[in-house]
Amino acid sequence: MTSFLVRRVVGALVILIFISLITFYLFYAVPRDPARAFCGKICPPETLELVRHNLGMDKPLFVQYWLWLSAIFVGRDFTQFGPCPAPCLGYSFATQEPVFSTIVDRFPVTLSLTLGASVVILSFGILTGMLAAWKVGQPLDKIASSSSVIGASLQIYFIGPLVVFLLVDTLGLLPRPSYVPFTEDPLTWFVHLLIPWVVLSIIFTANYTRMTRSQMLEQLAEDYVRTARAKGMSGRSVFFRFAWRGAMIPIITIFGVDLATLLGGAIITEQTFTLHGIGELAVRAVLNTDLPMLLGVTVVGAAAIVILNIVVDVLYAFIDPRVRLN
Amino acid sequence: MTSPSSTATENGPDAGGSEAAATGSAATIVGRSPGQLMWRRFRRDRTGVIAAIVVLAFILIALLAPVISWAYGKNPNDYYGLNQPGLLNEYGYPILPNGGISGDFWFGLEPLVGRDVLTQLIYGIRTSITIALIVTVLSTVIGVTLGITSGYVGGKVDYAIGRVIDTLLSFPSQLFLIVLVPVVDAALVLPTQEPPTWLRFVSICIVLTVLGWATTARLLRAQVLSLREREFIESARVTGASPARIIFKELMPNLWTPIIIQATLALPLYVGAEAGLGFLGVGMPETIPDWGRMFQVGSNVYHSDVTYLLFPGVSMLIFVIAFNLLGDSIRDAFDPKAKR
Repeated sequence: MTSFLVRRVVGALVILIFISLITFYLFYAVPRDPARAFCGKICPPETLELVRHNLGMDKPLFVQYWLWLSAIFVGRDFTQFGPCPAPCLGYSFATQEPVFSTIVDRFPVTLSLTLGASVVILSFGILTGMLAAWKVGQPLDKIASSSSVIGASLQIYFIGPLVVFLLVDTLGLLPRPSYVPFTEDPLTWFVHLLIPWVVLSIIFTANYTRMTRSQMLEQLAEDYVRTARAKGMSGRSVFFRFAWRGAMIPIITIFGVDLATLLGGAIITEQTFTLHGIGELAVRAVLNTDLPMLLGVTVVGAAAIVILNIVVDVLYAFIDPRVRLN
Repeated sequence: MTSPSSTATENGPDAGGSEAAATGSAATIVGRSPGQLMWRRFRRDRTGVIAAIVVLAFILIALLAPVISWAYGKNPNDYYGLNQPGLLNEYGYPILPNGGISGDFWFGLEPLVGRDVLTQLIYGIRTSITIALIVTVLSTVIGVTLGITSGYVGGKVDYAIGRVIDTLLSFPSQLFLIVLVPVVDAALVLPTQEPPTWLRFVSICIVLTVLGWATTARLLRAQVLSLREREFIESARVTGASPARIIFKELMPNLWTPIIIQATLALPLYVGAEAGLGFLGVGMPETIPDWGRMFQVGSNVYHSDVTYLLFPGVSMLIFVIAFNLLGDSIRDAFDPKAKR
């Protein structure tokens, strides 16, 4: 277990360094004059020089990357912005705020959005999937498979506004989506995020229903189920105590991938519902060509995906004793 | 193997003449190629045929967009609402109910600028499908080439390509999409130059391809790895076949099925991705009709005019569902043993 974790973490770090290197190279080397890109279209020469010097762009590219990378661990002093303590990703060019603390501020929004949606999707999807497997061939079964095709073809930026229009503008049942910190008022937090969660679950739930169903059916055909039945265990006990464990493994794998999609896809979700999370931060950074912010968001986003993959692998071992992590 | 599915659905009896003859004389034993078998299975799948007709209709509308807009008498670029009084109210919204749908403007008017929705929509299909097709072809070619190379050559090459694939797949891809488009823009044209209209088109194609080929490559690599150890490859190698012959004559016939399935399932994803870019404001520039930008405008005006959002939304939903169902049917036809 420990050696597995060490190996995976080292592998993850290598991938992260690789991703940050590529990102860094793309942002700083490919545009023919990065300082001009920072500075904008109309840029007096003296400002351009200042920008170039303050960003350390008179240094070779590799030195620049090294400065950026080491700043994450030891911090860095910027002539223009002052000192930047240890997990330092530089300063935003648009807002002059430190990149790291901006991302930390925005993170709860994206996390609430993603985790809340995951809870809704997983609980509904697995529940209906198990019911469908319990009652094979009945209406629920057919509804699930056809609605998963439609769900997979829907776009957040289409049904999101439609649901808001219906529930908020026309019926007035729910407030307009926004973010209220959980610590401040859990109920308001819940009510204001309900629409985004529901919209995300419209897109993803049916898929989980279908997968859970087919996995359950597969598990029920396994030898251990037959053994348990032969030893006199009731069908219900086998179903709800044993079979679901085996069925959950592929579900968790796919959920790991989907969670990454949800986190990354938070960009479109947040833009649709004008929530101020990391995704919205990324979009604004792109539109403002705010390169330090972009670099920070990309690396943090990639880190989230890589860490999630490790967590998913560890979860396997807890659910399925046959899986050995070494 | 690729041709029957795309051309013959429309004019089934003419193009499928030989197959029809074969069906007629079912009593005599007729040898059939895998392509014919696939085509016969496909034709029996009603969902697949309907989906194919819908997809073809979309492609036809895209091809005939100039003809349709000529017959209809509007174009996607004129600001009808601004030029003709009595169409938009003082806030820029259509005066007639349901987004200004009327005998003149069948699908209504775009709020604020008053462009015709129907022509924007049909010209928008062109943008979407062209980009999605180019990206599908490019990423499939690159993915197949690198996947086969990686699986067949093995060793250090495989290791290098494998690590590139791993890295690409752990990129936050949506984030990278929007991040890379302006970067590629800047790489192609100096910031002082006036950006040409083709620039965004090229950038979007490049970015979607760069982020898209890895899935295909990984799939192909795995396929080749398992095929490489089979006896028929072994015997080809023993009889002295060149690597080129083994790849093109022995491996490729076994790889067409996964390649075609992967490509059909990828295309609707690219349509969605391209529209997503437009929605986020890094899509095609203003003068080019684009579904993504229609979504962007729609999501800004839906409080007052929800009709405008419905047209691109429903059109895209129909297109993507049809294409996904078509992909499923093609998979069933090619590979009847595969489970959905």
